[in-house]
Amino acid sequence: MAARDSSRVFAALGDPTRLRLLAKLGEGNGSSIASLTAGSKLTRQAITKHLGVLRKAGLIRGRRRGRERLFALQPAALDRARRSLDDISRQWDEALVRLKALAER
Amino acid sequence: MTASSTDRIEKRIEIDATPARVWRALTDHREFGEWFRVKLESPFVPGRHTRGRITYPGYEHLTMDVLVQKMEVERLFSFHWHPYAVDPKVDYSKETPTLVEFVLRPSGTGTLLVVTESGFDAIPAARRDEAFRMNSGGWVEQIRNIEKHVANA
Repeated sequence: MAARDSSRVFAALGDPTRLRLLAKLGEGNGSSIASLTAGSKLTRQAITKHLGVLRKAGLIRGRRRGRERLFALQPAALDRARRSLDDISRQWDEALVRLKALAER
Repeated sequence: MTASSTDRIEKRIEIDATPARVWRALTDHREFGEWFRVKLESPFVPGRHTRGRITYPGYEHLTMDVLVQKMEVERLFSFHWHPYAVDPKVDYSKETPTLVEFVLRPSGTGTLLVVTESGFDAIPAARRDEAFRMNSGGWVEQIRNIEKHVANA
């Protein structure tokens, strides 16, 4: 089960700056740190740090192109995180049906 | 019965039993264990941990650990826990737990029970409003937006 991955993904997503970075990365095939820094109030160093957290959570992947590194979204990791939340939601549904049955017995 | 938004899961269920009866099913650790499928070792006490083995088929190797927050008789029962702590090899104690709240309200001759589990995005409450304003609603929605975006690309 990918529970450990999910908790890391949840933690990575718990930050508005990283969410904005993800949304930006979702728009293209790959973005460089320079292009992500442009039009942002954040420093290159700060963006590099956030990208590191996203990369460790498996949400993005980096590849080299010449002297640059391009980062791209990994949609599968987002899908897994959403599914794990759906699982928790379903487990509650099932548990509450059992609670109802017990209390009404 | 389902309503999910932002970082929380919310469930509502009408139970044809008095709030007193529902309260007992929620807060008596043996009754809780029966419907939640866990064999708890000790009663729930605010500020204390209660632990036990999961009895749900396929998950028997797991331990449940909740830290009870509030017990307001027949009104509110809440605890912190790690909802996705399902890998026995991992120490989850350093990760931010979610908060589970059971709110009871009399409804006709029965009880309306509202259960919420919140904190999946681990944004401190003080920063949450600001974060939500910027994201127009938590990361769950954001994920859906990004996924939709990617699917259409």
